[in-house]
Amino acid sequence: MMYKARRRLGLVFFPAFDWAISPTHPEREERLLYTQDQVFEEGILDIEGIREYRPRLASTGDVERVHICVPDVKSRTTESHLIAAGGAIVAAEAVLKGEVDKAFAIIRPPGHHSFRIVHGARGFCNINMEAIMLEYIRRHYGPKRIAIVDTDCHHGDGSQDIYWHDKDTLYISLHQDGRTLFPGTGFLNEFGGPNAFGYTLNLPLPPETGEEGFLYALEHFILPVLADFKPDLVINSAGQDNHYTDPITNMRFSAQGYARLNDRLQPDIAVLEGGYSIEGALPYVNAGIILALAGLDYTGIREPDYTPERVAQSPRVSEYIARLCDESYQAWQQRDTLREEYIQGKTEISRRRRIFYDTEGLMETQQETTRVCHDCGGVTWIDSRTDHGRHILAIFIPREACHRCQEEGHAIFDRSRAIDYPDGIYLQDRVEDQMLKK
Amino acid sequence: MYVGLDMGGTHTDAVLIAGGRVKRYCKTPTAPEDYLHTVTRALDEVLEDIATGEVRRLNLSTTVCTNAIVTGRTSPVGMLLEPGPGLNPAGLTCGAKNFILSGAIDHRGRPTSSLVATEIEAADKELRKAAIRHLAIVGKFSTRNPEHELQIKEALSPDYDFITLGHRLSGRLNYPRRVFSAYLNSAVASVYEAFAAAIKTYASSRQLPVEPDILKADGGTLSLAASRSLPVETILSGPSASIMGALALAPSSRDTIILDIGGTTTDIAFLADGVPLFEPLGITLAGYPTLIRALYSYSLGLGGDSCLRVRDGRLSIGPERLGPALALGGPAPTPTDALITMGRLDLGDKGAARRGLEQLGDQLGLTTGEVAAAIIKQMATEIASQTRALLEGINSRPVYTVREVLEDKKLRPEQVIVIGAPAPLLAAELEAAFGLPVVAPSLAGVANAIGAALSQPTTEITLQADTEQGFLTIPEEGIREKVQRGFNLEAARRRALAALQDRLRRLAPAAASAELEVVEEQSFNMVSGFYTTGKNIRVKVQVKPRVSPLEGDEHDV
Repeated sequence: MMYKARRRLGLVFFPAFDWAISPTHPEREERLLYTQDQVFEEGILDIEGIREYRPRLASTGDVERVHICVPDVKSRTTESHLIAAGGAIVAAEAVLKGEVDKAFAIIRPPGHHSFRIVHGARGFCNINMEAIMLEYIRRHYGPKRIAIVDTDCHHGDGSQDIYWHDKDTLYISLHQDGRTLFPGTGFLNEFGGPNAFGYTLNLPLPPETGEEGFLYALEHFILPVLADFKPDLVINSAGQDNHYTDPITNMRFSAQGYARLNDRLQPDIAVLEGGYSIEGALPYVNAGIILALAGLDYTGIREPDYTPERVAQSPRVSEYIARLCDESYQAWQQRDTLREEYIQGKTEISRRRRIFYDTEGLMETQQETTRVCHDCGGVTWIDSRTDHGRHILAIFIPREACHRCQEEGHAIFDRSRAIDYPDGIYLQDRVEDQMLKK
Repeated sequence: MYVGLDMGGTHTDAVLIAGGRVKRYCKTPTAPEDYLHTVTRALDEVLEDIATGEVRRLNLSTTVCTNAIVTGRTSPVGMLLEPGPGLNPAGLTCGAKNFILSGAIDHRGRPTSSLVATEIEAADKELRKAAIRHLAIVGKFSTRNPEHELQIKEALSPDYDFITLGHRLSGRLNYPRRVFSAYLNSAVASVYEAFAAAIKTYASSRQLPVEPDILKADGGTLSLAASRSLPVETILSGPSASIMGALALAPSSRDTIILDIGGTTTDIAFLADGVPLFEPLGITLAGYPTLIRALYSYSLGLGGDSCLRVRDGRLSIGPERLGPALALGGPAPTPTDALITMGRLDLGDKGAARRGLEQLGDQLGLTTGEVAAAIIKQMATEIASQTRALLEGINSRPVYTVREVLEDKKLRPEQVIVIGAPAPLLAAELEAAFGLPVVAPSLAGVANAIGAALSQPTTEITLQADTEQGFLTIPEEGIREKVQRGFNLEAARRRALAALQDRLRRLAPAAASAELEVVEEQSFNMVSGFYTTGKNIRVKVQVKPRVSPLEGDEHDV
C-alpha cells in the first residue's frame, strides 16, 4: 500500500447494525452506516499501521466497577451496550499492551450521560463506556492519572458525576451552554467534589461557536491545563455533534476542526459519543479523526457542503470565549485555595439534586454525602429515589480509599436497614473490586 | 470429458478427466518466454489420440498477466482519477500519466461537485501526445453512481485501445484498491489479448467443440471472451486451482485446513463447512492491493526445495530456495534430501543427499538419521504454527452486528488435506504437529490441474438501492435504474438474482443452471428528522466456487 501511518492506530468499529433505541430514534441502525461506507471507500483499513480489532462483551463485573445499576446490570443494559463498553476496553488494551500507539473506538450507543447510579437510559446512554474502559485499565494495568477531554456538544454530566470525587481523573468538557441545550448542566461552578475540587472543568461555549472558538479553547485552556496536570493517558470523548450540520445542536465545528483538534490534543484513546448528522458530518469527522490520530495527511477531508462561512463565528462569540478561557484557567490554578474556601473545615459535605432521565421519562432525586478526606476520594453515599417509586441507598468506596473511608463505607452498609430502602442497599467497594447488595 | 491446465511458475500441469475419473496427466516445465507454447505442448500431450469432439470443458489457468505485472512488462496506462475530498490521492498515481480530475460523488451516490470539461480535454490531449493507448477511469464512490466515470469516457477521444471503468470491476467499496485493479486491468490488456487470441486459434485448430474457460483467483472460471475485457481477473489463479483440486479429491463439509506443499512454498488455505474461505477484499500482487476476488491463501516460504542451514546452532528451513535438492544436483541440502535419506523417496543421487545431511548433523551434533527426522519434524511444526497464527487472525476479524458478536462464530478445523508432490511423505509429521487427522489423497501432485479441470464458472454482483433517491445500482453490470418507493429487501433480492442470472448467461453460457445464492443482505430505514424517508438496501449475490464431482475412488487411475 502506498500509505503508512506515522503512529500505529487501533480501531474498533462497532456500528451495531442490528440495534436501535426505536426505529426512527437518532440512535438507530443507520447511524454509522455512512461512516462505514466512507472509511471502507477511503481504504483506511488497508493503511499500514492501522489495525482493526473485533469488539467483545464487557462483563457484569466491568460495569459494576463503575455503576450501581438498579436493580441490576442485566435489566438496565442490552447486549449492544455491553459490546460498546467491551469495544472501548479492546481499544484501550491495544494501547496499554503496546500493540498500537493510539486507539479509536467508533462504537454505539454512547455513554457519557450515564451516572454512577443507573435507573435507566438518559441522553441515549445506559452505561458509561469511557468510565468502564478507564476503570478496567486501572484494575488491570495499575493506577494512572487520566484526563478526559469531552468534545461532545452536550455536557457529559454522567462522566462528570462518575469522576466528581476523583483527583486522578481530570474531566474537562467543552459543550454548548447548558442554558440552551440538554442536559442543562456543565457550568463553571461545577468544579468537582470536596476531595477533588478543581478536577472537573467545564467550558460552556455559546451557541454558534465556530471552528476558531473550539481551537482557541484548546490552545488557551485545555492544553495549558493538561500541561499542568501531566496525565499518563489522555482520552477524547469524541462526540461529533458540534458539527455545523448536526440536527439537534447549534454549533459550527467541522471535520477539519475535529481533525485539527485531535492532531493538537493527541489523545491516547478516542471514543465516539454523540453526533447525529449521520450523512453530512460523521463520515467526514470520523475519517478526519482517524487520519489525525494516525499521523496521516487529513487536509483533504472536507464535507461536500463546507464553506468558511458555515464555520465562522461573530466577534462577540470570540470575545466571550476568550474571557471564559481566562476565567476558567485562573480557577484551575487557584483550585487548592478555592477548595479551602469551599470546605470551610466541614467533615462531611452534602448535595441534593434532581436528575432527569429524558430517554426513560423518569425523575430521580439524590441526597449525596461525602466524607471530607485528605487521604483519598472519600466515601460517598447517596440516597436515591425515583418518581416511579424506587428507593435505594448506594455507597461508594473509591479506588485507593484510605482505611478509614473503606471501614466507614462498610459500617454504613452494615447499619442501614432494608426496611428504609425497599429497593436495595448497594455497596460498591472499588478497593476490593466488588459490589455488595442487600 | 474435461481438460484442465494449471500453469505455475516452474511447472505446467495438465489433466484429462473422463467419466469422473482422471484418465491422463502430464507435467511439463513452464517456459516464461513462450507461454503459448507451454500451453499447447501440455494440451497436445494430454489430448494425444483423443477424439477432441468429446471435450466438454477446457479450463486454463495462466500466469501470463501475473508474470507481466511482476516483471513490469506491461503497457503504460493513463489514469483519470476523480478522488473528490478525502485521503491524499498522491499515493494512487500509479500510471504513466495521472490526472486528478475535479468532481465528486458522495457515499449515497449523489454528485456533490461537477466534472470540469476543460480538465478532461487537456488530459485527452496530453495522453494522445504521449501515445498512451490504455486508460483507466476511476472515481471515488463510482460504484454508488457511475455517471461521472461514464461522462469522462464520453468526453475523451473515441479511439483508445482499452479503457477500464472502475465501477465495472467490483461492487466493493475501496477506492485505492479500485484504482489499482483498474490500472492493472488496463496494463495487462495487450499482453493478455495476444495470449487469448492465440489460445482461441489453437482451440479451433484442434477442433475443440468448446471455447476454453479461464481460471480466476476465486476458484471459478470465466469464458475466454469475457476475460478479454477483464484480464486482471486471471491473475494469481494458481493457489485457487489447488484448493479446488483438494476439494475434488477429498470432498468435505467440515472446517478444514488445506496445505499445498510445493518446492519453494507451502500455501495454506481453509474451508469453512466445506466451502473455501475468501480474502475479505481481494488479492495483493506486486504491492498493489486489489478488489480481485480471491480464495484466501497464505504463502509460507517453506517447501521441498527450501534451503537448509544451521544458524546459531539451530536448524533453519527456507525461506529461500537456492535450487533443487542435492540429490538432483542442487547447491544446498533441502527437505527433499531428508526424505530421500529417510528412504521415503527414491530419487536422484542418494549419496549426495546423505552427505549433505551428514554435514548438517555434524554441526548440530546429530546422526544423519536424526537430522533427517528433525528436519521433517521441524518443517511440519513450522507449517502448523503459521497455520495457527493465520487462524487466530481469521477468527478475530471484525464483525458489525450484535448477533455476530454473540454468535462468535469461529473457524475450528477438524482435518488437514495436504496436496503437492511431497504431501504424502509428510503426512505422519503433519498429523503430529497439527494434532488433527491428515488426508493426503493420491494424485496430490496434480491436484492443481484437477482443480482447474473441475472448476466451474463463478460470478458475483452487488446491488445497492436508495429508495429515497429512487435509484438502484449494480455497478458490475453497469446498471442504474429507477425504483419505486415501495421497493424492499425482497424485491431487491429478486432484482439482484435476475441480474446475476443474466450475467452468468453472458459470461458463462454453459453454467446458466448454476445455483445462485445471497451472500449478504441488509436493509436500513433512512430517517430524516423523525420520519422514515426511504430504505437503504444492500444485497450481494454470487455463484459460489464449486467442483464437478469425481466418481469412485481416484486410486484406480
